[in-house]
Amino acid sequence: MRAAETLRREGFDGSLRIIGAEEHFPPFDRPPLSKQVLTDKWEPEKSRLRVGDLDAELMLGATVTRVDIGSRQLIVGGGGGGGGRAVDFDGLVIATGASPRTVPSVEALERVQTLRTIDDCLTLRRRFEDGGRVVVIGAGFIGSEVASSALERGLEVTVVEALEVPLLRVLGRELGGFCAQLQREAGVDLRLDVGLDHIEGNGSDSAMRVHLTDGAAVDAATVVVGIGVVPNVAWLTGTDLMIADGVVCDSRCRVLGSDGQPVPDIVAAGDVARWHNPLFDATMRIEHWTNATEGGEASARALLHGDDAPPYAPVPYFWSDQFAAKLQYIGHSQPSDELRIVEGDMASGRLVAAWGREGRTVAALCINRPNRTIPFRNAIAAAAPYPPEVA
Amino acid sequence: MRVVVDFDLCQSNAVCQGIAPEVFEVRDDGYLYILNETPDASYRAKLEEAVRSCPTQAISIQED
Repeated sequence: MRAAETLRREGFDGSLRIIGAEEHFPPFDRPPLSKQVLTDKWEPEKSRLRVGDLDAELMLGATVTRVDIGSRQLIVGGGGGGGGRAVDFDGLVIATGASPRTVPSVEALERVQTLRTIDDCLTLRRRFEDGGRVVVIGAGFIGSEVASSALERGLEVTVVEALEVPLLRVLGRELGGFCAQLQREAGVDLRLDVGLDHIEGNGSDSAMRVHLTDGAAVDAATVVVGIGVVPNVAWLTGTDLMIADGVVCDSRCRVLGSDGQPVPDIVAAGDVARWHNPLFDATMRIEHWTNATEGGEASARALLHGDDAPPYAPVPYFWSDQFAAKLQYIGHSQPSDELRIVEGDMASGRLVAAWGREGRTVAALCINRPNRTIPFRNAIAAAAPYPPEVA
Repeated sequence: MRVVVDFDLCQSNAVCQGIAPEVFEVRDDGYLYILNETPDASYRAKLEEAVRSCPTQAISIQED
């Protein structure tokens, strides 16, 4: 949407076609789907994206199954052997996003689901209304927000996390432990360092028995699997585009060919795009809302202006509202980075933690300190020394 | 033009503050404060960017 809006706003007056696998238009914004729409605080309509007049042809409920880069043609629909509708293009924005990982052995059970779309959300909301315990597999951001929403609806909740603390890879052991405490204090039955083994029951009635790898078993009416997403790149198989955990792009969001050079007039943005961020001198694939919007804008500018488009060098940003806490993460850290709490403390529940690499501040997490988000973001953007002293 | 924030939608993400700190400020109490509800025309581009960039679509511009 942002790419389309930016194209029009910056003067593109050629023909514009938007092809989307989902049926709904305007699209539904995703953050409320694990929060306000799921808890029934909002009607779904309230979470629609505001989209300006794009003067675009819409192809909804339409999946691109393959693309021929050389002849600049997409095939929409059709089967494995062929068929479908051919759509020609001069410029292409790849924003096909990502799909939830599933647990294949339990995927077919009716009351086991993932959460990505408005339809998933409304299904889950109905299942919440049926009552019974909710078991969430994965204590990442989605899993934690689903658990938080289920508690708000008065349900019993068990969260099963394979690592030793929630969000271990993003927040580290200490802060992940803080998140675990938040969950338990809120009433979640949190199981750490354990995985899903199998589910007993046919899944269609509200009586499943969820067996964990430590031998424990939990009765569940609803199971939600929140173990991450996989970029939607299968349709690009057989092309010469560089694919490596997403579509690989340069620092202007231009898609690279196997020779490492940008392919003319093809850009990518959002969850599907792995691009080189010059601010961190690293390639990254970011699943945050702000990357979808800012990356969409940047990719459109690359289509319009090529080398004259500014490089896409954002400070990644993510927020999560869970268990009455506001988490805001800015920047890009790696597990090997140094980490320390630089303001506040865990006891008060209000703190800022910062990550450093080679003497430079690269990321920060604000817990219940939204007024510190921008000052730390500016410090990261300015490559402030570590540890940071932020006014 | 007038800056309007729907405080039911605002979640103090402060993205707006990052774009136009002269207009938006999230303070120690966790709430967003509009520092200048009627900025002059030179702020239009930044305000429009803030409207687009707000993660909860809480900002709008009222033309007078």
